Amino acid sequence: MPAAGYLGKPTSRVDGRAKVTGTAKYAAEYDVPGLAHGFVVSSAIAKGRITTIHTADALAVAGVLDIFTHEHRPKLASSDEAYKDEVAPPGSPLRPLYDDRILFSGQPVALVVAEEFEIARFAASLVRVEYEHEAHVTDFEAQRERATVSKQDEDPTPSTARGNPAEAFERAAVRVNGQYRMPVEHHNPMEPFAATAVWEDDDRITVFDKTQGAQNSRNYVADVLEMPRDRVRVLSPYVGGAFGAGLRPQYQLLLAVLAARALKRSVRVTLTRQQMFTLGYRSANIHELALGADSDGSLVSFRHHAVGMTSRFEDFQRDFVHWSSLLYRCENVELGQSLVKLDQNTPCDMRAPGGAEGAYAIECAMDELAYAAKLDPLELRLINYSDKDQIEDRPYSSKQLRECYRQGAEKFGWSDRNPQPRSMRDGNELVGWGMATGIWEAMQVPASAKAVLTANGNVEIASATADIGPGTYTWMTQLAAEMLGVPLENVTAKLGDSTLPDAPVEGGSFTTSSVGSAIHAACRAVQRELLGLAQKMAGSPLAGAKLDDVVFAEGKIRYKQDESREVSVADAMRAGKAERIEKAASAAPNGDSKYSHYTHSAVFAEVKIDEQLGVIRVTRMVNAVAAGRILNPKTAASQILGAVVGGIGMALHEETVTDQRFGRFVTRNLADYHVPVNADVHAIDVIFVEEKDEEINPLGVKGVGEIGIVGTAAAIANAVYHATGKRVRDLPITLDKLMRD
Amino acid sequence: MARPSSAARTGLEKIPTPAKVTVTLHVNGVERKLTIAPWTTLLDALRLYLDLTGTKKGCDHGQCGACTVLVDGRRINSCLTLAVMKDGAQVTTIEGLAQGNALHPLQQAFIEHDAFQCGYCTPGQICSAAGLIAEGRVQTADEIRELMSGNICRCGAYPNIVAAIEAVMFGKATDRSGATGR
Ligand code: FES
Ligand code: FES
Repeated sequence: MPAAGYLGKPTSRVDGRAKVTGTAKYAAEYDVPGLAHGFVVSSAIAKGRITTIHTADALAVAGVLDIFTHEHRPKLASSDEAYKDEVAPPGSPLRPLYDDRILFSGQPVALVVAEEFEIARFAASLVRVEYEHEAHVTDFEAQRERATVSKQDEDPTPSTARGNPAEAFERAAVRVNGQYRMPVEHHNPMEPFAATAVWEDDDRITVFDKTQGAQNSRNYVADVLEMPRDRVRVLSPYVGGAFGAGLRPQYQLLLAVLAARALKRSVRVTLTRQQMFTLGYRSANIHELALGADSDGSLVSFRHHAVGMTSRFEDFQRDFVHWSSLLYRCENVELGQSLVKLDQNTPCDMRAPGGAEGAYAIECAMDELAYAAKLDPLELRLINYSDKDQIEDRPYSSKQLRECYRQGAEKFGWSDRNPQPRSMRDGNELVGWGMATGIWEAMQVPASAKAVLTANGNVEIASATADIGPGTYTWMTQLAAEMLGVPLENVTAKLGDSTLPDAPVEGGSFTTSSVGSAIHAACRAVQRELLGLAQKMAGSPLAGAKLDDVVFAEGKIRYKQDESREVSVADAMRAGKAERIEKAASAAPNGDSKYSHYTHSAVFAEVKIDEQLGVIRVTRMVNAVAAGRILNPKTAASQILGAVVGGIGMALHEETVTDQRFGRFVTRNLADYHVPVNADVHAIDVIFVEEKDEEINPLGVKGVGEIGIVGTAAAIANAVYHATGKRVRDLPITLDKLMRD
Repeated sequence: MARPSSAARTGLEKIPTPAKVTVTLHVNGVERKLTIAPWTTLLDALRLYLDLTGTKKGCDHGQCGACTVLVDGRRINSCLTLAVMKDGAQVTTIEGLAQGNALHPLQQAFIEHDAFQCGYCTPGQICSAAGLIAEGRVQTADEIRELMSGNICRCGAYPNIVAAIEAVMFGKATDRSGATGR
């Protein structure tokens, strides 16, 4: 493990200045000569085919350059393989402008390209599309009985059973069962999806794209347009949020590039906020839970079945149900999940996909069980605390969840809680306190990185990963500075460029563990070379030292045991005539680990609810997180804060409504689709519980991107019950649901 | 790449677009003359025709605040106004807040309090906060929350945004949220 220095210290973002001065450029902000502007026309029907596209009026608008449709477009690949990106689910991906088939409402059907943005937008309004309608099916609730088990059966395991849960439930002293629902949600990052395709010549293109994976976008667009991958370069140095929406290449990318190649000039395509609702989304989900316990609260039966939704053309599924077998000891368990296929676009990962939904249902059911068993909800969790992963039957590499419960409860003041619902108030507001557990996988995937040290003491660190807001640039800088013993200012971190060393999409909370391990390996290689150079110097004070015997700090290589024995890095490089040391390295997870790797949290929420009006305010939240080593407590805390705010949205605000007559999402703007605003958010305390994990990866990190949203909605829902005595199981908890009898 | 419908348009008259007009904006203290179509919003005038992309477009409908700029000292959503309507106005964007190398106190406070993640809402938040301070009505953190609610931050940096604004207004953040031990 690297010596203490920059890692673990609250550090302001290295890209902060660029972001507060407006110089950080996002995908739609590159001014290139001769830029043309594209505007997308979206399908008005949910299912059927296009019979005619009338483009004559639009083409007649002065300044319109061309209109691309399935009848008028460059050649596109014809195999599903070409359209399958790095994270595509099983099925046949959407092929924008490929043929006349309409698979969902809002599907792109034409791209109008014009000299000016306003002209393209105006002309797009003149494109008239005639359709042959087919009956669509978009009602998730109504189709629920038709749910089937997905093709995607290896990950996650579709079902698990052990013991005899039905019989154990019958015998249980305490029983609860319930049905929990979450609607479709949309990511709505503040930056709309956009791509600026910079045309160079017939065989080459550079694209500034909004993506969580520059290489994923590059491979996709090259394969679909049948170009060699090395002729396409995708850049995404700044991404204005994504939350999973940018994991898969979105259609603005392909449309911008195909238009640029056809017109032989640079083209930008930016989606409107309305069109952001035509991309992937968090699938609606329904959970049925039945829990049985002994009179002392020990679980004897746990059954959880969940239904999610997907498109007709791809099976997108995430694990909703297995989390309880990681959190709670139980001998008799039945878990299963299925999918309903609808005439909608394919859902996609949205912050903590599967876990956020599953934990909502599980943690509300546990709350109900606590009331039924007359136990404190926190005590019930401790009674059933699991020290082992009961699905894989193995221990955790680390699990400081008990400490999360303890520190979170103490900070929140949980011991002052009156267990009786409706027992606490503040003036005319009912006060409720609720809690829940959070859990997320601590994954690692293969990644590579490069480190370059030059004789002037500057370091460049590079990997084709992304920074969609978590602070990747900053911890990359800290890590390199720490390992090579240079000041932060000497380090330049590069990312968001498909030509850099291979990295996966940024998501799943695995970036720091994966890319961090690769940077660690690259910096180790630089260290090794430096030590070698230092030892070759005549009379070297470091003769005989192993890499683990020395530390790199303040531009020196020092013996740990005897700090007076040191060589300056500059001297070592000069002596070895090394102008620069460049090392590339890759890292992959330890495939035969005997441990399961998870991040945990304990979430506590206070709500105040106006008794007459039903208005709910989340006045206080405490989230205590155990996520291994925290490289930058400042930016990591922001990730948790932001995810908790997302959880407040999930609990109280967010819902994409479908008009079933048209099979279309209708809440397609930020006035109808509610997200938390500043006045909705009050005190949020983030605690990082110390957790040492030497097994997981060389840095001991687990990642914090998702964990903050897991459990948050349940803690709030449980607080709402505690305040009111009314259990609303369908999210979002809006005041009409509270007031309904 | 045949265009079956192309025959239909031969002989059609071109549909004209609005005649361009000249607009003068004083942006960040510099006089900028623009010849643009009258349907151009102030936001697009800044982003597309003056290459001042610090001002962001999040919705184009006045629903998110990402496009907030100061016009004659007042904060407005630049997507909801046409550039021609602001002929002769003083416009301050995020690019005009710093004095040379010295950041505006709000910019500095946003960095110190980590009041953003992706940074996309940030120019709008900072311009909005500058407008809020100039309005001079805010006394408490709750009022800051209320009067900053026109600026959505999907990264959820609100507690840190409030802390940053408080630090500039009152010299310190009274808000108790954020990471323990920060
Ligand atoms: S872009 Fe102007 S308010 Fe959203
Ligand atoms: S910092 Fe990303 S939207 Fe506010």
